[in-house]
Amino acid sequence: MAASINVTVKNEVGLHARPAAMFVKKASSFKSKVMVENVTRATAPVNAKSILSVLSIGVLKDHEIRIQAEGEDEESAIKSLVELIESDFGE
Amino acid sequence: MQEIKCLAISPGIAVGPLFFYSTTVIKAEKQAAADPEQEIRCLEEAIEQAKVDLQAVLENSRKDLAGEAEIFEAHLMVLDDPVLLEQVAEDIRGLGVNAEYAWQQGMEKFAEMMASMEDEYMAARAADVRDVSQRVLRVLAGEQQDGRSLAQPSIIVAHELTPSDTVTFDRSKVLAFCTAEGGPTSHVSILSKALGIPAVSGLGQYMEQLRQASTAVVDGSAGKVILNPDEATQRTYISRRAALDEKFKRAFQETTRPAVTRDGKQVEVVANIGSVKDAREAVKYGAEGVGLLRTEFLFLDRTEPPTEEEQYSVYRQILEVFGDRPVVARTLDIGGDKPASYLHMNEELNPFLGVRGARLELQHEELMIPQLRALLRAGEGHNLKIMFPMISTIGEIRQANEYVRRVKGELEASGTPYARNAEIGIMVEVPSAAINADILAKEVDFFSIGTNDLSQYTLAGDRTNPHVAHLADSMDPSVLRLIGMVCKAAHEAGIWVGLCGELGGEVIAAPVLLGLGVDELSMNPRAIPFVKEQIRRYTVEEAQRIASHVLGLSSAADIRAYLTSLLPDGG
Repeated sequence: MAASINVTVKNEVGLHARPAAMFVKKASSFKSKVMVENVTRATAPVNAKSILSVLSIGVLKDHEIRIQAEGEDEESAIKSLVELIESDFGE
Repeated sequence: MQEIKCLAISPGIAVGPLFFYSTTVIKAEKQAAADPEQEIRCLEEAIEQAKVDLQAVLENSRKDLAGEAEIFEAHLMVLDDPVLLEQVAEDIRGLGVNAEYAWQQGMEKFAEMMASMEDEYMAARAADVRDVSQRVLRVLAGEQQDGRSLAQPSIIVAHELTPSDTVTFDRSKVLAFCTAEGGPTSHVSILSKALGIPAVSGLGQYMEQLRQASTAVVDGSAGKVILNPDEATQRTYISRRAALDEKFKRAFQETTRPAVTRDGKQVEVVANIGSVKDAREAVKYGAEGVGLLRTEFLFLDRTEPPTEEEQYSVYRQILEVFGDRPVVARTLDIGGDKPASYLHMNEELNPFLGVRGARLELQHEELMIPQLRALLRAGEGHNLKIMFPMISTIGEIRQANEYVRRVKGELEASGTPYARNAEIGIMVEVPSAAINADILAKEVDFFSIGTNDLSQYTLAGDRTNPHVAHLADSMDPSVLRLIGMVCKAAHEAGIWVGLCGELGGEVIAAPVLLGLGVDELSMNPRAIPFVKEQIRRYTVEEAQRIASHVLGLSSAADIRAYLTSLLPDGG
């Protein structure tokens, strides 16, 4: 079983700079395997715990991303990442 | 004893022994690895060591450079990247190569991917990735990692210094930086200015002489190095340094207080900046806002113009640093002398009299519209003001204002939040604009006098031509008279006047500009403490008397001599 969700990034810089770092730190705090892909750019899924990978999918404001998690805490991983994105990273 | 003229890139004076810092870029050779698992263990250890070193660098930078610390936090995250480590380990096992080579290739792959995105932010991250790559390679090569092992306070000599090199040194032991390369906008210049460390550059052809010298004097204000100074010279510079330190300390302590004249008039003292980093530095030096945000840095050295979003994000970051304090953004000011490749500009016989500043933007709607949209959107909730450069006629102002109206209409229609009340002004830097200031004042909310261009146009002396550049002196009575005219016309029309050329940062000019009626002075952040100190010495009436006396003098040289004689220490 894997959990997944599509969400639109609304904060101004997208997944760059500090928001990218916050996203990766949050993803890394879970045991589950977490993947993220940029639906808008149609990229392949990449490891959400890797800062270099997250930067490489170039997520900008208004891009739709898909987050997938697989593992014991998959539900809470998805939930917290979506919360982080919906809070616009506290911008 | 040998005296060398060089480039002054960060002011201040230092006297002491020389320390050579090697910054050779390590290039790993591909080798077959007998024991891949051993290679992986070595790499993991090197990464751990690099992390420990970076933590120390991070602590150092947190103390002095809150803004710079972010760079090193990002470096640490890269060292923790699980995908990177996995890929490099796979390469070591799969290809049977050495750790150094696999690491270098793995990092380079990410660096190239980022560099190819043609996005300023990502290009900077590519440089970060390469910086991190070198850090680990240096540990693997068993090289002296950094300058924290400096035995005694020294003058650091290097070919070039990266940001992490610069911050790695124990600050208490760095007297000055001397580099072969790097101009006034290089990393080493920006960081040493932020740290208050004197620095000089352009010493490429003298590196051998530096290597043979044991001690030196570095004058980062005048751009001078004296090798093996004799005792008398050392004493002279040591006392000069003490006097400078004392002067700066005094001015800096007071710099967050407003600049109020003895009779109670407050003069707004703000900064000229050209990046987010500059914005943070400006606040440290007591800037009460920004009088000139140069937006060119977003447009140059790239193959296509920045998008509206990219601009918005940078403008927003800068505006956030200043909260509700004023930030005057100048729209794109480029022309034949600093061309952007994607504009396909025609070569001009006289680029300074050609398509520059607003003239260019008014011809390129595809640049004007996204920039105005980005600025107005970013300014929402902040104190944003916009000004157009290189305006010479009222027709140009009307055209520019028409663009502003159009963009505001579009933002309004789409329900996008934006800065509804942003003031719109112009740079006064063409003599016609100064002479017609009373006419132009009716169309704008403010003026900002650009003294560098105003001087070169008034005196017909090209600033970039060494044979005539001396003519373009902003202290020439002709320029000061024009400034007076502009202030008078503006105040009669009920608008305010700023001044953002180099003249604004000249300490001796402050009473004259105050006396002529300039309401806001904008300058390089480091000049702020001194200019504020100078303003506090006078009353408005005294300043007016000085200004009117100066307007009666016959040359820039006479004016400078007179103003210097007014300084408390006679200059």
